[in-house]
Amino acid sequence: MTQAVITPVRAAGRVSALTRRPKFLLGAGIVALYAAVAVIGPLLVGDPHATGDDLLAGPSAAHLLGTTNNGQDVFAQLIVGFRSSLLVGLLAGMVTMLLAALVGVVGGYAGGWADEVLNLIGNVFLVIPALPLIVVAASYLHSSGIAVIALLIAVTSWAASARVLRAQTASLAHRDYVDAVRASGERAWRIVVVEILPNLYPILISQFVFAMIGAILGEAGLSFLGLGDLNSVTWGTMLFFAQNGEALSQGAWWWFIPPGLCIAVLGAALTLLNIGVDELINPRLRVQRRGGAQGDIR
Amino acid sequence: MRFLGKKLMFYAVALLAALSLNFLIPRLAPGNPVDAVLARQSSMAPVSPEARHSLELLLGVNDQPLWQQYLRYLGQIFSGDLGRSVTFFPAPVGDIIGQALPWTLGLVGVATVVSFTLGISLGALAGWFRRGVVDSLVAGSTMLAAIPYFWLALAALYFLSAGLGWFPLGLGYDVEIEPGWSGEFVGNVGYHALLPALTIVVSSLAGWLLGMRNMMVSTMGEDYVVTAQAKGLSLRRVMVTYAARNAVLPSVSGVAVSLGFVVGGAIVTEAVFSYPGIGFTLLQAVRNSDYPLMQGIFLIITLAVLGANLLVDLLYAVIDPRVRTTAKAGAR
Repeated sequence: MTQAVITPVRAAGRVSALTRRPKFLLGAGIVALYAAVAVIGPLLVGDPHATGDDLLAGPSAAHLLGTTNNGQDVFAQLIVGFRSSLLVGLLAGMVTMLLAALVGVVGGYAGGWADEVLNLIGNVFLVIPALPLIVVAASYLHSSGIAVIALLIAVTSWAASARVLRAQTASLAHRDYVDAVRASGERAWRIVVVEILPNLYPILISQFVFAMIGAILGEAGLSFLGLGDLNSVTWGTMLFFAQNGEALSQGAWWWFIPPGLCIAVLGAALTLLNIGVDELINPRLRVQRRGGAQGDIR
Repeated sequence: MRFLGKKLMFYAVALLAALSLNFLIPRLAPGNPVDAVLARQSSMAPVSPEARHSLELLLGVNDQPLWQQYLRYLGQIFSGDLGRSVTFFPAPVGDIIGQALPWTLGLVGVATVVSFTLGISLGALAGWFRRGVVDSLVAGSTMLAAIPYFWLALAALYFLSAGLGWFPLGLGYDVEIEPGWSGEFVGNVGYHALLPALTIVVSSLAGWLLGMRNMMVSTMGEDYVVTAQAKGLSLRRVMVTYAARNAVLPSVSGVAVSLGFVVGGAIVTEAVFSYPGIGFTLLQAVRNSDYPLMQGIFLIITLAVLGANLLVDLLYAVIDPRVRTTAKAGAR
């Protein structure tokens, strides 16, 4: 793909440009709401594992979203799921970013054989199918906590981001201003951290958001297949137990609709956030606002 | 020729890395496969030392140094011996995979072709007529991509099969029909594949559409498209021959990358629809701690993905001569 054209905007200009984008604002609002529920929510609901006498009961005043076939409160599980699912996304997203930045930026800046080797490793990770690999690995690590699942997802998914960062770093490394700093005798690590990294922030953010969506969907999918950490309450494990408890055939929609909806809305919000950032760093994607102008050419 | 050599070299390295991962994961993980299998069986009957030993032989667990085990493992794989399945003992792993593979290839292959063709065409239109009807579909399809695939598939199964009865509730074909090349059987297989295929198309369409649309928008700014328009060529000709033809190039290499995702995604599809393909077999292997079968399937999936990637790399070099001469730096 073509490289994103980095427009030199000052940080303040970037932020105000973002807040003028409705897609970005909507996405950011929803994500903020999710974060708030994740922080406060679990303190307000009861134990999500606690069982009661009402089995597979529909929504009522006592159980806002009904109960599971063990009499567990679906609402309590859903709220606790905000925290664990977001944590999986954050952890996996950060580790993915860290690995991608390490491999991509170092390779892109250093060039030469170091770049060749790092690029080779990245390309190998890119072509080895991730999901079957995770399935095989997860089956050896029976229920070992959501952190392990998050790391497993991160280790198998950094390569695509590293590629984008490598290309951008390589292009930045030969700009005039970097050459000037280099000629003044600045050390390599300082050039990377001070001169190059700040120009990569938009791409890093966009890739981080992507990694987060991937990890949240990935955890849900793995848990749904019964390969996640079945002791923790995430939206994925809720769906696994709903599927195994035959919630579908018994018409217990309150058990499997809410967790799926929570994932879908979060995924959509993160996507909106990403579109907002992408439009900012790649002006070609921006839709012209002035009346009449329907496209670039016609 | 140097290009070809480099490519072949890369895929050889990738294959060796995959094989090594496949070899190392079970040996780095806590516990050993023999204990895992025995834990399942010992609840039924105590295990004799002989049974344990034969299981160790079967699973390739022994006290040899790691590098000897590794060489033996490589030797077996290159002689085409994938070992025997524990679940379907004594069937060889190769035979079980051979039975499952056609189902996955048929389902995923057709679904991918349909999804790619549809996505590229709609994406080209969306990019050309920006802010038109198709372009507003882009936003909608992006949202669709955020829905967990298995949830979409479950909902489809719940409403369309269980609720409305339009589609069967899973499996590859009705058990009462005799498998064979009869019209009835083939029709029945198609009928069973329809809903799984539909869910794959719906969930993967957005990716193609969005990628093609964005490339189309970029391409339309190029000088040669403007020149073509200035020459007074028909709109259709400029759109298809000049803009779309060049915009589609990154998507072609995307096919290779996505084949990995589609083969991987088929695991979930097959789990939801109990479809007798390779993904469903992999899950059965996982549930039964059938390590030889699990490793054999991972190997086959990897081989398929690597092969597809190599093929598309070569194809790409034919349609876009630039990749043969310049290094691929920056290309996706």
